[in-house]
Amino acid sequence: MALWITLKLALISTLALLLLCAPLAWWLAHTACRAKVLVEALVALPLVLPPTVMGFYLLVLLGPRGVVGGFLESVGIGHLAFSFTGLVIGSMLFSLPFVVQPLQNAFATAGGRVLEVAATLKASPFDRFVSIVLPLSRRGFLTAAVLSFAHSLGEFGMILMIGGNIPGRTQVASIAIYDHVEAMDYAAAHQLSIILVGASFILLLLVFALNRRFKVVSVV
Amino acid sequence: MSLAMSFQVNRAEFQLQVSLELPDQGVTALFGRSGSGKTTLLRCIAGLEQLPGGSLSFQGQVWQSADEFVPVHLRPIGYVFQEASLFPHLTIEQNLHYGFKRIRAAERRIGFDEVVELLSLQDYLTRYPDQLSGGQRQRVSIGRALLTSPRLLLMDEPMASLDATSKQEILPYLERLTEELQLPIIYVSHAVDEVMRLADYMVLLDQGQVQAQGPLQALLTDHQLPFARSEQAASLLKAQLVDTDAGDGLAGLQLEQQPLLISQTHLSPGRLSPITLGATVKVTIMARDVVLARQLPEAISLLNALLVRVVALDTDLDKSQVLVHLQLGEQALMARISKRSAGLLQLQPGQQVYALIKGVAVNS
Repeated sequence: MALWITLKLALISTLALLLLCAPLAWWLAHTACRAKVLVEALVALPLVLPPTVMGFYLLVLLGPRGVVGGFLESVGIGHLAFSFTGLVIGSMLFSLPFVVQPLQNAFATAGGRVLEVAATLKASPFDRFVSIVLPLSRRGFLTAAVLSFAHSLGEFGMILMIGGNIPGRTQVASIAIYDHVEAMDYAAAHQLSIILVGASFILLLLVFALNRRFKVVSVV
Repeated sequence: MSLAMSFQVNRAEFQLQVSLELPDQGVTALFGRSGSGKTTLLRCIAGLEQLPGGSLSFQGQVWQSADEFVPVHLRPIGYVFQEASLFPHLTIEQNLHYGFKRIRAAERRIGFDEVVELLSLQDYLTRYPDQLSGGQRQRVSIGRALLTSPRLLLMDEPMASLDATSKQEILPYLERLTEELQLPIIYVSHAVDEVMRLADYMVLLDQGQVQAQGPLQALLTDHQLPFARSEQAASLLKAQLVDTDAGDGLAGLQLEQQPLLISQTHLSPGRLSPITLGATVKVTIMARDVVLARQLPEAISLLNALLVRVVALDTDLDKSQVLVHLQLGEQALMARISKRSAGLLQLQPGQQVYALIKGVAVNS
């Protein structure tokens, strides 16, 4: 069960991140706006903050007395602390820099001159995005997806804070392992751990194999 | 005259004050040093740059005005950038097709095979851009632009980023293009030799302002412009080929009803197809290669003696030299001679003299 939740969490947050970060990364790659540095610094913040700090603030924000949670409560949706949705939001925030940065780099090289050329060759703005930007930045997308997915698998501190530890709902594999160890059930901890080790290794193996063929990932 | 434009921008770092009407046929060179605004002007014509307050119309169609701006992809232009900028993820054939398949079949006036043939691209079609040399890539990018069947072709120093060998490789193709396609071309350049070989009309830009414009031949011999005043001053003349083999490796031209012999190896070197009899040939004659004489000398190794009329003498360009402007039928020729010779010959405007030119000094 914990494994299934982990997998679901990694998949959903990765997909949502790719969709939401593409416009942001495009803007960062091409804007001349001065606020760019500010946004870049904010995006990189999860790299240095302890996950517990982010989890703590999210809990305050999304909980029943928080600004967001309180509002959701008042419109009848309910607050997000200790829920799977809350987990997804936390996980997305946690992996944000791992998605934005590869996409931003990809867009920076896929933009500029080749887009002007495409315009002189009768391609409309949307046509240019689909026929030039997307194919040229597919490596960036793949990098972002793999990094975000792998990163979500191993998350612990933030999830403990925002998701609590509700088996079947918010208990992910890393936390279940912690529980098993606490309960001195080393056999169960071993079982889960070895699966995580195997899964992560296979994932990275896949990445490096692809990397060799297509130069997919340059930073892992 | 039907490419009309007006762009006025006055910024500290950048100035452009241009009001122009350019011919919509032949090759027009936008000539100037780097920073003169020529590339910006070309980008404005393409719509890659949108300067507020500008206006632009082509053959009666408004492309830019106070309340209208036709975006780049809707203008019937082809644009060749300084670097080939091929799409790296597409093969050469796909690169060529990119623009071709985006225009309606009814609007295609230049066929795929025709372009491949014109630019000799047959061998590259299945390759990727990074497998081609710089010159080959630039040929593909020219073909790619042509395949959108543009009604105006804009070229931004297409040879500037190429080495000398690649330049020599691509120049004949540009020449063929300008001769075989009925397509007005605007060609940005800062190289006089390129302009002399390709252009018919020239706009001279300096610091964002038009210094002079007119037919190329007239501008090259205008004594107020830097071309005529330089050491490299040359006249450009149009002659007809009347004899491809006049013996001794020479070819015979007719220049304003007078014969002109030229070395066969100088007759359009590097051309892809031989010049046909009767065709117009552009020849350049350096002002310093022209000798003036009042009588036709005998027993002299100079092959060509053209009867010309003195129009004016420029005495202010150098301490020891004079630039003599000569008229040859409807065309202009310049001779750079020493002040002393000019004095000995007692040259006067209106006088008839012989312009003596070595056969090997004529280039085309």
